[in-house]
Amino acid sequence: MTDLGGTSRRNFLTQCLTGAVALGANSALRAPAQQGALGAKYGGNSRVVIARDPMLRGTGSAIDPHRLEALADRAIQALFNRDHPAAGAPENAIAAWRHVVGANDTVSLKVNTLGGRGISTNVELVAAICERLQQAGVKPANIVVWDRDSEEMERAGFRIIVGGDRVQCYGTDRVGYEDELSAWGSVGSRLSKILTRSSSVLINLPVLKDHDGAGVTIALKNMYGAIHNPNKYHPNGCDPYVADLNMLPEIRSRMGLVICDATSAMYEGGPGFKPEHNWKSNSLLVSQDPVALDYTGWQMIERKRAEMGLKSLEAEKRAPRYIATAADNEHRLGHCDPSRIAVVEV
Amino acid sequence: MNCESVSQEKMASSPIDRRSFLMCALASGAALGSGELAAPASAVPIASSAGLQSDTQFTFEARFYEKLPSRKIKCKLCPRECIVGDKERGYCGVRENRDGVYFTLVHSRVCAAHVDPVEKKPLFHYLPGTNAFSIATAGCNVNCKFCQNWDISQSRPEEIPANYLSPHQAATVARQYNCPTIAYTYSEPVVFSEYLMDTADAGHAAGVRSIVVSNGYIQHDALQQAYGKMDAVKIDLKAFTESYYAKVVTGQLKPVLETLVTLRKMDKWTEIVYLVVPTLNDDDAEFRGLAQWIKANLGPDVPLHFTQFHPEYLLKNLPITPVPTLDRAKAIADAEGLHYVYIGNVPGHPAQNTYCPQCRKMLVERVGFTASQMLIRKDSTCPFCRHIIPGIWHV
Repeated sequence: MTDLGGTSRRNFLTQCLTGAVALGANSALRAPAQQGALGAKYGGNSRVVIARDPMLRGTGSAIDPHRLEALADRAIQALFNRDHPAAGAPENAIAAWRHVVGANDTVSLKVNTLGGRGISTNVELVAAICERLQQAGVKPANIVVWDRDSEEMERAGFRIIVGGDRVQCYGTDRVGYEDELSAWGSVGSRLSKILTRSSSVLINLPVLKDHDGAGVTIALKNMYGAIHNPNKYHPNGCDPYVADLNMLPEIRSRMGLVICDATSAMYEGGPGFKPEHNWKSNSLLVSQDPVALDYTGWQMIERKRAEMGLKSLEAEKRAPRYIATAADNEHRLGHCDPSRIAVVEV
Repeated sequence: MNCESVSQEKMASSPIDRRSFLMCALASGAALGSGELAAPASAVPIASSAGLQSDTQFTFEARFYEKLPSRKIKCKLCPRECIVGDKERGYCGVRENRDGVYFTLVHSRVCAAHVDPVEKKPLFHYLPGTNAFSIATAGCNVNCKFCQNWDISQSRPEEIPANYLSPHQAATVARQYNCPTIAYTYSEPVVFSEYLMDTADAGHAAGVRSIVVSNGYIQHDALQQAYGKMDAVKIDLKAFTESYYAKVVTGQLKPVLETLVTLRKMDKWTEIVYLVVPTLNDDDAEFRGLAQWIKANLGPDVPLHFTQFHPEYLLKNLPITPVPTLDRAKAIADAEGLHYVYIGNVPGHPAQNTYCPQCRKMLVERVGFTASQMLIRKDSTCPFCRHIIPGIWHV
């Protein structure tokens, strides 16, 4: 089994430190490696890869971690290696990851664990990504898996790991928020110190689900877990708050990649977990354009809703308006025009 | 213990007993500056770090909500009427839906506690010269871009240090420090209505009154039940236009005006503060409209305070309100027939004093937040011409 900086992947998933007080081996603010990358990228078209594996769960309900790892490899390779799609060999995937991270980077993986175990970023997926990051040269202690709250992460199956030479895993509740506000447009918030002090590159790992206010909650809204006051940004379908939040320089300059865990998705009743509206999509969506990814994910949810005989989100007066706002001339966070989005299915 | 010089980080790790908590609350009260600014957490010693406190002791089923299908709830506390899904919180950040039951997370969860002069609220016609034991929890149901206390009003309770202070304890502390009043202030008391109500009851049982400093953004039933227990109310009327309320406050004007009318009908002693923000709510038409509305709906005797804005939070780009602007606002309100128009946050301004509207003699002289001279008779009349001066002047 692949070593993750002194421990096996199995141990990463099951181990925790006791009595740890040393937080964040790299607490100094690091210059982001990706400077305004997303904004500069979208003069042309955006690429969104949908990687599917109908046999991801075999004949049962549990995900096969090896198939999930292979799915993630196939997805990222397809995103970056356009001439050689879908081979999925690890060395090709590692080369693809080197488009996103370098050996000197500190990489944070923002997961989504609010919904609990049924609709949270898959722990096995995160472990596979951490393995590839290390193979791409990132030191394990320079990788932190995080969300808003450590208890929520634990309920979703993550083990809290703080300090030492291993991949880190903890919530903002352990380190707090910056004292100063960061403001853009209608948003003024204190940011998680994990983002501001432990990341030069941010890997956004949302899940795919609908939202009773915003319409959908995918990549862009996953950043609500990075601020101290997300409850203030739900009026008006979270618009323009979602877009304005992603304009904060601390977020925008660090966003390197989005991998949406759509292995288990929600088409109704979100953001909490409602098993009756859960579907096993067995897929991953990958892009460097969070707007294009959100748009694509929205369309997937709408197709599922239609299949299940439900009205569209538009008909229910909760279409995700924030997506168009994020793509407008003021924000330019990415593309939501389908003619500007190349969806690649592998 | 010199509370004010200790950093927040140190405070978060220092154990505290009640005696120290009370000493710091008393010591920090006199040093606070303009407006109803809560001293930072460094002046309020706390028992344990935020984030590691259990919230169980602070969590009670909320009042003022109704259950909806699919484990959702509709909050009925303020006009937002948040529809809150399971595991989510309302806009205020301090009320949470757990499996279809709505909970307040801040009952007895005090993050700021000080002994302040009552003039600091500001309440000028209520027990002048006395102190108020002033308390707050985290949270607010609006998001004013100029908020002086945003670090507690715009935070979730688990993000800031707090102390457990039961309603009974609050009443006891007020009595021990010779405060005839408990004031619910600093953040937004609407969002901690349950705690406010229980503490007011405990206070009254102990002979301590209650006052509230509020944005008035509250639904009618909650207003009657919660603020019905108050002995005086100060409402921050942020502006006199809906557009300002929408863009700068993230609220609505109309419900606040309705609150003021209801308080009048409830016969609650009420004073109004209008924070004048340069370029945003400082034109003559707005001042005139405000004064006319107050006179027509509340009467000419409701004290109106025009206070000076200082750059803060999300409005650091604007200047301090020029004193001539405040003078102009006062002149307009005086001309419209209001009897008690004050100017706040400008130390030494003569409009901080109370004058008899009939004989124009000075009745209450104020220096900063201190009533240095109080001539109003026990029957609430002017000693010179016997005109009735509305207010609650004596304990």
